Amino acid sequence: MSGADAAGEAGRRDSAPEPGVRLSAALLKALKVAAVVVGLCTPIVLLETSQGIDNQLRLDWRVPLVAVLAGLAFLGSLVVTFGAPHVARFKAARARRPSIEVQPAAVTLAKIVAIALLVAYPFIAVMLAGFGGATKWIDNFGIQILIYVMLGWGLNVVVGLAGLLDLGYVAFYAVGAYSSALLAKTFGFSFWLVLPLAGILAALWGILLGFPVLRLRGDYLAIVTLAFGEIIRLVLINWVDVTNGNAGISGIPRPTFFGLPFNASDGGFAATFGLEFAPQHRVIFLYYLILALALLTAWATSRLRRLPVGRAWEALREDEIACRSLGIDTVKTKLTAFAIGAMFGGFAGAFFAARQGFISPESFVFMESAVILAIVVLGGMGSQIGVAIAAIVMIGGTELLRELDWTREVLGPAFDPTQYRMLLFGLAMVLMMLWKPRGLVSSRTPSIQLGEGNKAISGKLVKEGHG
Amino acid sequence: MDYFLQQLINGLTLGSIYGLIAIGYTMVYGIIGMINFAHGDVFMLSTFIALIVFLLIASIFGALPIALALLLVLIAAMALTALWSYVIERVAYRPLRGSFRLAPLISAIGMSIFLMNFVQVVQGPRNKSIPPLISGVVEIPIGSGSITIAWKQLIIFVVTALLLGAFWYIVQKTPLGRSMRAVEQDRKMASLLGIDVDRTISLTFVLGAALAAVAGVMYMTHYGVVNFADGFVPGVKAFTAAVLGGIGSLPGAVLGGILIGLIETIWSAYFSIDYKDVAAFSILAITLIFMPSGLLGRPDVEKV
Repeated sequence: MSGADAAGEAGRRDSAPEPGVRLSAALLKALKVAAVVVGLCTPIVLLETSQGIDNQLRLDWRVPLVAVLAGLAFLGSLVVTFGAPHVARFKAARARRPSIEVQPAAVTLAKIVAIALLVAYPFIAVMLAGFGGATKWIDNFGIQILIYVMLGWGLNVVVGLAGLLDLGYVAFYAVGAYSSALLAKTFGFSFWLVLPLAGILAALWGILLGFPVLRLRGDYLAIVTLAFGEIIRLVLINWVDVTNGNAGISGIPRPTFFGLPFNASDGGFAATFGLEFAPQHRVIFLYYLILALALLTAWATSRLRRLPVGRAWEALREDEIACRSLGIDTVKTKLTAFAIGAMFGGFAGAFFAARQGFISPESFVFMESAVILAIVVLGGMGSQIGVAIAAIVMIGGTELLRELDWTREVLGPAFDPTQYRMLLFGLAMVLMMLWKPRGLVSSRTPSIQLGEGNKAISGKLVKEGHG
Repeated sequence: MDYFLQQLINGLTLGSIYGLIAIGYTMVYGIIGMINFAHGDVFMLSTFIALIVFLLIASIFGALPIALALLLVLIAAMALTALWSYVIERVAYRPLRGSFRLAPLISAIGMSIFLMNFVQVVQGPRNKSIPPLISGVVEIPIGSGSITIAWKQLIIFVVTALLLGAFWYIVQKTPLGRSMRAVEQDRKMASLLGIDVDRTISLTFVLGAALAAVAGVMYMTHYGVVNFADGFVPGVKAFTAAVLGGIGSLPGAVLGGILIGLIETIWSAYFSIDYKDVAAFSILAITLIFMPSGLLGRPDVEKV
């Protein structure tokens, strides 16, 4: 028996000491879990506060709801108890896989198919849902998810490659959005001019905010970046003369098709190409724009990984002290990571401003940073495919909840699935971490390798950086 | 002068609340090196529990003496909030101990989002307000003017001081406190010496949550209004307080809390109320950049 097999056997013995789980013990445990749930629900679920006619708060009892929750907890506990040995066996089998393996050619093929599908997506949506019905699928799903994919890929440079934990990434998104909106409205610059400017400004802010935090590591770095993110948002709210405060900036010029506006005029996009005017043209154009920006981010990042600076980022993540001993300039390395990550955030911000036509500080709250970081970590830090999958699952999943109108027919008209959107999002974050602490795709493609074929390194061999 | 003293009193009140929350952050960070992101939301949950228990007591017993009612609310809120925190640690953090470093942080952020939206779903998104519970003020003449201290502010000072004393006693003098400090210093060695590490960490969460619940009851009685979104900003400020005082240090957390409370009130009184949060966040950044070990913390020595 090989060493790996012995480890697997030991794992199995530890997790399931006997062939079956005893029913009485399982029932007792489930009862305990149900009792704890009742305790948790008292009084926050048991009693509902509502404003009466006399403006006083009154209490309403909700005993059936608590009973249902306790019952669900009871059943859930039984499922977990009986399922645990199977899960442990499955995990032990997975753990036996080698740390470095050759990627099959199918992976490369899958990437090409995925990109082809993304390019064809608007046409598929139009074919399936009709021209009118497709707007929702392209706008709410396609564009929305791609914005988060792009932000995730941008943050991935900072967190995944350089190992610097940034909880204020949304600040650069905000800088991009506000600078592009202000430049476009004040000076009448076109979208194609403000897009690079927004990226440059965001990169400058990345260096500016990165400079003071160079000495910090790990959680401290996370908290200071969080503070910077909040400061920028609070300044956007309070500096009313420039940013118009909470009311936000509206009437931001829409992007044009290289000079051709998307309207019904004679010089418009539709008339020039001999098409019948439809508002969907703009949506489809925006979709391709964000797709191109996202792919640019991915392409640039994968190229940067092979340059000396990208290698320095990953070396920094693996061991900062070793990096310094080898003569790598850690200051320059960290600042370039902050600047490049911020630049992609700025591009995404400029796109966001142009897509919405309206921006306000409300779009740049801490929760956005948390969501973007969650996408990066859930996807598997450093893995671009993983980040894209995580964005599709988390953003697409919560968007799908808006489509669940049938639940109203089952649970009554007062039931509104959309209010559970963020609740489920938070729960999904916790559960995915418990299930896969290293993210969905934990293996990495090495930036340099011996011999032929694409290899993948197991996540076990990759460090997560010290901040 | 009396205006300044008045602001000082108000700042101390706010600072006591921050200090109580900060202890939860500082203890958890000290013992397992993790920012318990959900702690601010646990505090918010406790304000809701306090509000509901208070309304329940009022509706069952009618006119109970206010002191007795508040004592009952305090006990119920501490117990129930501690249960929540225990369950959160058990479900979302303990399985991730010893795993990849970012995993507990992400799990905690997820828990924070979950708690906030859970309260929103079960209790509604609107502000819940109750009429002032304790009215009446003490006027202290000073020089030409006078300053007023509300009874509730006095109660906040007294309760904070008493609890801190009790807490300091637990950490310094009891077997539990000894094992907490031992786990903080070296977890593996502590477990080799027969300390139940899991139980100690659970109790740390429970104690931190109980103090957050005290802060929650104070907040509810002082401001008389609770909202599901009110956990994040006090949470971040309390964390700032913990960092300012030196993370891992109990007196530091209280000192930091009081300083943040004072800075915030005095900034709003003399400069601009709009930028009071900017002031608090700037202090956080400046402290961490120039004095990462805080006012009373131990410097963190890195070994190669």
